[in-house]
Amino acid sequence: MAANLDREQVKHVAELAKLSFTDAELDKFVPQLEAIVELFDQLEEVDTTGVAPMTTATDEVNVMREDVAVKSSDELRQALLDNAPETENGLIKVPAILDGSED
Amino acid sequence: MLDWGYPGVLPTLNKGVVKAGIMAGLALHAEINPNMHFDRKNYFYPDNPKAYQITQSETPIAHDGWVEIEVDGKKKKIGIAEMHIEEDAGKNTHTGQYSYVDLNRQGTPLIEIVSKPDIASPDEAVAYLEALRQRIQFTGISDVKMEEGSMRVDTNISVRPYGAKEFGTKTEMKNINSFNYVRNALNFEQERHQKVLLAGGQIVQETRRYDEATKSTISMRTKEGSDDYRYFPEPDVPAVHVSDDWIAEITAEMPQMPGERRAHYVNDLGLTDYDAMVLTQTKEMSDFFEATVAEGADARKVANYLMNDVNSYLNTEHVDLPQTKLTPANLAGMIKLIDDGTISSKMAKKVFQGILQGEEPAEFAKKNGLVQLSDPAQLQPIVDEILANNPQSIEDFKNGKDRAVGFLVGQIMKQTKGTANPGVVNKLLMQALNAQ
Repeated sequence: MAANLDREQVKHVAELAKLSFTDAELDKFVPQLEAIVELFDQLEEVDTTGVAPMTTATDEVNVMREDVAVKSSDELRQALLDNAPETENGLIKVPAILDGSED
Repeated sequence: MLDWGYPGVLPTLNKGVVKAGIMAGLALHAEINPNMHFDRKNYFYPDNPKAYQITQSETPIAHDGWVEIEVDGKKKKIGIAEMHIEEDAGKNTHTGQYSYVDLNRQGTPLIEIVSKPDIASPDEAVAYLEALRQRIQFTGISDVKMEEGSMRVDTNISVRPYGAKEFGTKTEMKNINSFNYVRNALNFEQERHQKVLLAGGQIVQETRRYDEATKSTISMRTKEGSDDYRYFPEPDVPAVHVSDDWIAEITAEMPQMPGERRAHYVNDLGLTDYDAMVLTQTKEMSDFFEATVAEGADARKVANYLMNDVNSYLNTEHVDLPQTKLTPANLAGMIKLIDDGTISSKMAKKVFQGILQGEEPAEFAKKNGLVQLSDPAQLQPIVDEILANNPQSIEDFKNGKDRAVGFLVGQIMKQTKGTANPGVVNKLLMQALNAQ
């Protein structure tokens, strides 16, 4: 299966990653991405009939912790908040965003 | 698990969450998935700094369940398509030109329950939510309070012509605050869809927000094409195998559901259907009832106290049962004091105030002189004295005036400051009068 990426698809993927490209950049990236996808297309040649999809690189199962609450500290909280560009009243302050929450 | 997307952070699944998911699945008659893994749902939004949510898209913890609802006397099963475990996102608040992100709950687990498109009206939707909330509440895995965010509701609605097989285009409303708002929002949307379609228009698939002030819905964002979350298996969380043994162990621990409890109350404890229904509205009330009966108190009397005195106290004080100092042992103790004649029903009103404050009923009654005088040996001399002082009443009685008895009982009650057991007084008085 040959990769056939058009500019619109590349723009779409860029949008999903919150990137925007100039026309000159698109001229450069479209063939590059196409080459990458073509490389992966080679995997399609392997016969995977009867092989279950791999969902994890480890054979471990049931790696779980007990349901025990661990208390955090004000210092840790502050250390985390210190990494944000701007905070107010313990909240991270960002430019106004439209509600696109997925919760 | 708080994951702000810093390098090196490794999420670990909490065993309690898997157990909670299995319990919810069992409570909703669903099939538990013995082999599951987690998936990444990719999206950029400030409520989730690592730019993906760990969820289950391919192998949800449970699938194909149902709950029964009743609307206008008609029973109906609403199917549950699936239930999956996922991470909660952060919380955003918006003021003017800034938004504020609270990541405190980011990464905490939640269970999302997806119903099948079996719900045919806004009333059925609310009945479904009530049934769902009640069953989950009885499992004890959540207090399912919408006002505290431990239950949240997203709704989807579409309309179609009578007899049509295909569903119409749907719109979604997220995070509606209460069951009433759900009903209002769906009623508004249903009408809006009908108007648009009857006028020859088309419904656009979009997310809308319900506004209680105007009782209407407002478009938030249109979904262009289908969402593109580029799901793939989550490499950081190893797969989970749920053994039959684990399911059996959890099944054995599962609290009884409201329906089973109601049957037990009616068939074995002699309660009416109505009483059983009221007492199984919440797990707290139902557990409290059962614990009080287990202390040896009469089930019907316990039911009466809980449904009347206790419920009116909870309503007046705006508290839940577990927040009070009332205990099953003390309520049972008070009912026993009434039954054995130690306190009168009038005294019980005062003792009830005591046990609401955590007092032991027998001790409280004694301390406050709320002990009924039931010993005939002590009451006889008082009866004799009152009769000796009221010869006219004895005459009246002989002449068939029953009111005289009431007057004499009143005198005895006055003499004993209301502590005499009316039953014993009546018996002694009638014996004495008939002997005159």
